[in-house]
Amino acid sequence: MNKIVKLFITFISAITLTLVTVSTSSAKVEGEYIVLGAAVSLTGKYSSNGVHTQNGYNLAVERINKKGGVKVGGKSYKFEIIYYDDESNPKRAAQLAERLIKQDGVHYMLGPYSSGLTKAIAPVTEKYKIPMVEANGASRSLFTKGYKYLFAVLSPANQYLEVAIDLAVEKNGGKPVNIAMAFEQDAFSQDVRLGILDAAKRTGSKITIDDKLPKELNDMAATLAKVKATKPDVLVVSGHTKGALTAIRQISEMKVDIPMLAMTHCDAAKLSKQHGKKAEYALCASQWHKNLSYKDKYFGGGKKYDKDFKKEYGYAPPYQSAESSAALLVFKDAFERANSFDKDKVRDALAATDMQTFYGNIKFGPGGQNTAKPMILFQVRCKGDTCENKVVAPTQWASDKFYHPIPKWSERG
Amino acid sequence: MDLLIFKAPILIVQASMDGILLGILFALIAYGMALQWGVMNIINIAQGDLVILGGYIAYSMYIVGIHPAYGVIVSPIIMFFVGWGLYKLVINKVVDRDLFISILATFGISILMQQLMNSIFGADVVLAQSEFGTTMLFDNSVTLPNAKIFSAFISILFAIALVIYMKKSKLGRAIRATAQNARAAKILGVDTEKVYAATFGINAALCGVAGALISITFTLGPYVGLPYTVRSFMIVIVAGLGNLPAVAISGMGLGVFEEFADYILGTEFRIGAVFMLLVFILVYRRFKLSRKREYLK
Repeated sequence: MNKIVKLFITFISAITLTLVTVSTSSAKVEGEYIVLGAAVSLTGKYSSNGVHTQNGYNLAVERINKKGGVKVGGKSYKFEIIYYDDESNPKRAAQLAERLIKQDGVHYMLGPYSSGLTKAIAPVTEKYKIPMVEANGASRSLFTKGYKYLFAVLSPANQYLEVAIDLAVEKNGGKPVNIAMAFEQDAFSQDVRLGILDAAKRTGSKITIDDKLPKELNDMAATLAKVKATKPDVLVVSGHTKGALTAIRQISEMKVDIPMLAMTHCDAAKLSKQHGKKAEYALCASQWHKNLSYKDKYFGGGKKYDKDFKKEYGYAPPYQSAESSAALLVFKDAFERANSFDKDKVRDALAATDMQTFYGNIKFGPGGQNTAKPMILFQVRCKGDTCENKVVAPTQWASDKFYHPIPKWSERG
Repeated sequence: MDLLIFKAPILIVQASMDGILLGILFALIAYGMALQWGVMNIINIAQGDLVILGGYIAYSMYIVGIHPAYGVIVSPIIMFFVGWGLYKLVINKVVDRDLFISILATFGISILMQQLMNSIFGADVVLAQSEFGTTMLFDNSVTLPNAKIFSAFISILFAIALVIYMKKSKLGRAIRATAQNARAAKILGVDTEKVYAATFGINAALCGVAGALISITFTLGPYVGLPYTVRSFMIVIVAGLGNLPAVAISGMGLGVFEEFADYILGTEFRIGAVFMLLVFILVYRRFKLSRKREYLK
């Protein structure tokens, strides 16, 4: 008898517990809060950029909430984000996306850091028809799969260095150039490579070296020896921070003279700080720079954002933070235009986004990529021993002139 | 592109030199691995992470303004105690067990070390500047970074010192005795427990030297250790245990082979080519061994 009573009690409490969790979890909007979900990398190999992403999100949430929140149906709501740590692991990220949607009942998602993790999460949000605005997955393949609920505020990876090739052709008097490429074998870098191939085709330029660096590689000596022997007009390198640091180290050590060097991840690698003058004249692709003249009413302009971010987190915002903040501005705008919390209405409103933020113009193409914002290029320039990133292209935002060609090593101090 | 190396023969010199300099550094790490494999029958998956930790010690010195090259003195001393501590904490519990258990245990150590380095030093990839300059040969057509030459030189120095130590010192003899037959050594009064701890410490110290050298030649990051483990494992497999000259030659050979694979097959195949070579060597060895076995029958 006693046993049966015990069993019965356990059974009842189990049911109540389930009911309680279910009833709380069905709320995508809790009271005055709109709950967003995000899996970001707080540990593991992406943890520094994961934290930049989270800081970007948090700063925007705080700012939007302070400035009146999100107005839907005449009522003002505030943003709240549920975070999970995806440990920089795609499998874990996909699991956490499921958990956010099914257990926490989140109806709107923010993206993780990196293309790889976004690729892992996108099928999940697509399956449950959850709109996701992501700010850190640039791989082209994200936008060719026909995803309907994925929106990216950043320019796709293939656009990163296309401008550099145009610039090289321009400096060559409009004539085609010889391009040497060294790209890591990962989704992002290979997309950057595709962009270069397109640009080469468009300008009639020739690819003289096309090296695909293994992921575990930390030695580019062979590639650089080939560059030295073939003397191309421009060398393009993309291999995340490790690639950028290795390239500059070995180019300077091997005294490789090239008229133009273009790469990605310069600011993530803190090139100008870690390499100083050795990195001078390197041309770098960036999604954003504080000197750009875009404006919005939440952050003001880029310089104001830079200042506010520094005050809050104690370091200058990398573009990863800026684009993450922009993602929330996009969500806010979409909620207000949809004037509803219906997932599909919000999704349609997102698709119709056409706005300016401090980070840049945002308008989504059919694949969900941002088509309204060009990439910018900056060049590392040094005065004495302090080196800085100066915007050189596109011309309307250029603070400095593009220095070309790079002086020979024998002439550099 | 494949034929570039034949069009510009000077590249052969460059490729060989790059390969040799790279190979010597890897051989040092591999020797540490061979040592503890031979003595303790442990395959240390955390080898690469010990290397990176050693590199971070040199990097920390660089950050506070000391030249990172002094890391080759400081780093092995600290790393010896790290190795000793690791032995006392974990390895002594798995040393007599199955090889598989030691692989699991060191794999766990590897994950733990990666996360610890991540929380202490951050996930960013970093490097230390040696400002050693460059040696230029053949009218600047072959360039060798002095940092790499320095690395090779220091590696050779440490390897020679270790060989002499193993031959002459009491502990060295005890280590060799234990490697030959642990039980017999124990009966004859060798404190095998101490020998094991010392071996693990010496290996960690070698990793510390290599790490300090890597901080000035390549890059450091909490998650870039595994390629060093894999590479040294490969060198040991090719060279066999406890044979330093073989380890050195195999290290350099693989380095040169890899560079040439890069020029001839393309960069994307350089690691693949090395693994193919490894498969061939293993198959060839097995083949040779089985012939010997038949002969014995």
